[in-house]
Amino acid sequence: MPVSYYIVLSAVLFTLGALGVLIRRNALVIFMSVELMLNAANLAFVAFSQLYGTLNGQIFVFFVMTVAAAEVAVGLALIVAIFRTKHSINVDEISSLKG
Amino acid sequence: MTADILLFLILAVVSIASALAMLFSRNAIYSALFLILNFGTISVFYLLLGAPFLAMVQVTVYAGAIMVLFLFVIMLLGAEQLRSTQTIPWQQPLAFLLGAILLAETVYLFFTIGDQGAALPSITALVSDFGSPTAIGELLFNQYLLPFEVTSVLLLVAMVGAIVLTKSEKKAGDLRAAIERPLGNLPPE
Repeated sequence: MPVSYYIVLSAVLFTLGALGVLIRRNALVIFMSVELMLNAANLAFVAFSQLYGTLNGQIFVFFVMTVAAAEVAVGLALIVAIFRTKHSINVDEISSLKG
Repeated sequence: MTADILLFLILAVVSIASALAMLFSRNAIYSALFLILNFGTISVFYLLLGAPFLAMVQVTVYAGAIMVLFLFVIMLLGAEQLRSTQTIPWQQPLAFLLGAILLAETVYLFFTIGDQGAALPSITALVSDFGSPTAIGELLFNQYLLPFEVTSVLLLVAMVGAIVLTKSEKKAGDLRAAIERPLGNLPPE
């Protein structure tokens, strides 16, 4: 089957993730949408890795997963810290720089 | 060949439907559960693409560890549903328009510039050790040794950062008070 099927699916998933970042107000759902975008990029990496018969793309997916895990740990800690001071994780209500 | 495409199409429908459901469900818990389903389908895609090790990592790290962390934080904060605050009325239509433009651009670019004749090998013709843990490990510890070590530093920094960010300030004050308290004030045994 042509590789373009996987790339188009990856593009659709990435767009849905970007749309989620734009339209949702819940900071946790925004984080989940970012994860969706990372997964879409990973899918394209693995598809091209299979197409060209090299493992380098899969190694990159491995690194992307590590960075995503680190990002989620720090990001969720930030959300918890914001929730402690603001008592909300609605991104519309977190609009002032002064705590 | 047709089995490949049939399998791909069914999984793609499930994947896109779960992503849409994640986007539009009002409850954050449902969003997280739909995202886990989406990660599961992507893991099956990895299996179809000859990456069994990555498929297992996807299930254990993403669907396992990361999403459990998400669910834990959602339930800890009690932030399943937010009251709706719509400050900019034209924001959602604009977001949909921009998303459609982004998708159209990506697909158009791929179909005009990319190599459309490129065909993936059939799933029955997979080389058995392509993408196996042994092959990945050999590449990771030879060619990619320095990025691997940098990744370990990154994980350490993220761990320390998460602990520092969520550390309660009051607890730290209590600890300092406990250290600086004169010994004579200790409660009797």
